Amino acid sequence: MATLDRILDRLPLPAFLKPEEQGKHYGVIGDFDTPEDLLRAIRTARTAGYSRMDAYTPFPIHGIDEALGEGRSPLGRIVIVCGLLGLSLAILLQWWTGAVDYKLVIAGKPLFAFEPSVPIMFELSVLLSAFGAVLGMLALNKLPQYYHPAFNYSKWAGATNDRFLLVIEATDPKFNAEEAIKFLNATGSRHSELVEA
Amino acid sequence: MADLAIDPRMELNPPLVQGGMTYADVTEKVAAITEQAPPKQWYIALAISMLLAGVLFASLGYLVATGIGVWGNNSPVGWGWDITNFVWWIGIGHAGTLISAILFLFRQRWRTSINRAAEAMTLFAVACAGIYPLFHTGRPWRAAYWLFPMPNEALNMWQNFRSPLMWDVFAVSTYATVSALFWYVGLIPDLATLRDRAKTRIRQVIFGIMSFGWRGGARQWRHYELAYLLLAGLSTPLVLSVHSIVSFDFATSVIPGWHTTIFPPYFVAGAIFSGFAMVVTLMVGARYLYNLQDLITIKHLENMCKVMLATGMMVGFAYGTEFFIAWYSANPFERYAFVNRAFGPYWWAYWSMIICNVVSPQFFWFKRFRTSIPVMFVLSIFINIGMWFERFVIIATSLHRDFLPSSWGYFSPTIIDISTFVGTMGLFMTLFLLFLRFLPAIAISEVKGVLHQQINDQKGMAH
Repeated sequence: MATLDRILDRLPLPAFLKPEEQGKHYGVIGDFDTPEDLLRAIRTARTAGYSRMDAYTPFPIHGIDEALGEGRSPLGRIVIVCGLLGLSLAILLQWWTGAVDYKLVIAGKPLFAFEPSVPIMFELSVLLSAFGAVLGMLALNKLPQYYHPAFNYSKWAGATNDRFLLVIEATDPKFNAEEAIKFLNATGSRHSELVEA
Repeated sequence: MADLAIDPRMELNPPLVQGGMTYADVTEKVAAITEQAPPKQWYIALAISMLLAGVLFASLGYLVATGIGVWGNNSPVGWGWDITNFVWWIGIGHAGTLISAILFLFRQRWRTSINRAAEAMTLFAVACAGIYPLFHTGRPWRAAYWLFPMPNEALNMWQNFRSPLMWDVFAVSTYATVSALFWYVGLIPDLATLRDRAKTRIRQVIFGIMSFGWRGGARQWRHYELAYLLLAGLSTPLVLSVHSIVSFDFATSVIPGWHTTIFPPYFVAGAIFSGFAMVVTLMVGARYLYNLQDLITIKHLENMCKVMLATGMMVGFAYGTEFFIAWYSANPFERYAFVNRAFGPYWWAYWSMIICNVVSPQFFWFKRFRTSIPVMFVLSIFINIGMWFERFVIIATSLHRDFLPSSWGYFSPTIIDISTFVGTMGLFMTLFLLFLRFLPAIAISEVKGVLHQQINDQKGMAH
């Protein structure tokens, strides 16, 4: 296995195909009953000085980004670039095929005009934007990613059902496993555990 | 809960998730459908649907082996049931996108229980629609380079991009692709739920691969929610454009009865009208089959009846406007086309359309009918029939009386026309039943979001 890892490290693979470099432990995960309990725990943890955290929830919870100190997603910029690319592609396609490569005279009308080109310009802009939104979202989320240390948590199944998990990551400068477990239990976690990387 | 029931706000606005369900109950209710053996009725329905889908493939095989002449299309009615069915199926798909995108942007929380199935319906309806233009080419394996700009040796030329038929190819294929992306993005968190509660290794692996390893991390949700919002924003103009462009196929021609500027909005309203009718037909069935009364409530169904009433009125108004404009234009051909439409040889199709599309939704003015499941089920089928007649009336009546009386004709469908149409319904139902059985038919994570807000609202009311 060690040889395989070394080969994998040398290959110019995208990050999501490589195992993430981390310490021995992923962090400490705590398990909360409600979204409100989770938000309260995140705010307390930030006041206590923890900075590297993530939360796992079965549905998006409003206010969690602010509580974790996350900014706006850059996805909008990706999508607008893709949309403009689609628009240019549509103009280029219709102009080059009809007016340059194979001049198609239909009822004496201009070989290329903007008016009849609008529908395809619109459609290709939407098509490429949609691909940008989906593939951009997957790339920003580093998906597909079939192994992640969070899955090692003994009560992981709750995260996609009805539990609200908070992880204090091992990379946090203030991280100390015992203290983190004690801290999460004090803020209302039902089950806190140190999770292997 | 008893004191909440008498709160006047609750009376006006009954909760969208009923039966005092918890987050875990929502998961259990929806996910269990995919994990248990289906009820007996499901097998019966699937057997009938697959039989009809077999009829479709036999009809299409016969068409390819013999030629397009097996359909009733001929001069002067060169577009017959094939384009009627194409427009009808595409129209049905529109409700799915309306529910998933437009109602999302308008923050209509009631959409969450029905959007997943409605989006699946969109995909299957578009797949059925696509069959008709594809097979109308007669040589479907060559259609790719007739329809898409692919360089090839056989033609050595490019398509005419100034033709609305080409716009249609781009509109429909973009619509199908974006709908599939939107649907799948919505499925990812729910597939992760199925993965995490899988009892067998094979389910765990399949749903694990399909969910891309989704974890529901706060950072992931942040990008995910923006992607969902952007897709909704992109799909909203897209869905309006698709039926507008389909209507351009007719409106940009110079045929009396087709050459009208009212077509784009009129087609879009009709599409939403027929699509909601199909969603009601399917949801009433799915709700009965899987006991989903707490998630797909009477309120959801009643709201859909209101949409049908509104869009039905729009369609009725458009029928009137068409007649007024035909008279007001003082164009004898235009006037003739419309008088002939209502009182000519296709009078029976025209008045069937009026009764189904204009008269039948009027029942939805009354709350008693809007909340009665048998009534809405029957009316939704009437509306589906009426919307089929609308497309048939537009196509057949406008074509059958050519400018020269010597080229007048009358369209009659052949047995293959009928078997192909019935067959697409079989294909549609087969796909829908398989979807109900194997994938979460209700958006689990979205319903939990609604439930969370509902819990908070109830807490607020108690104070």
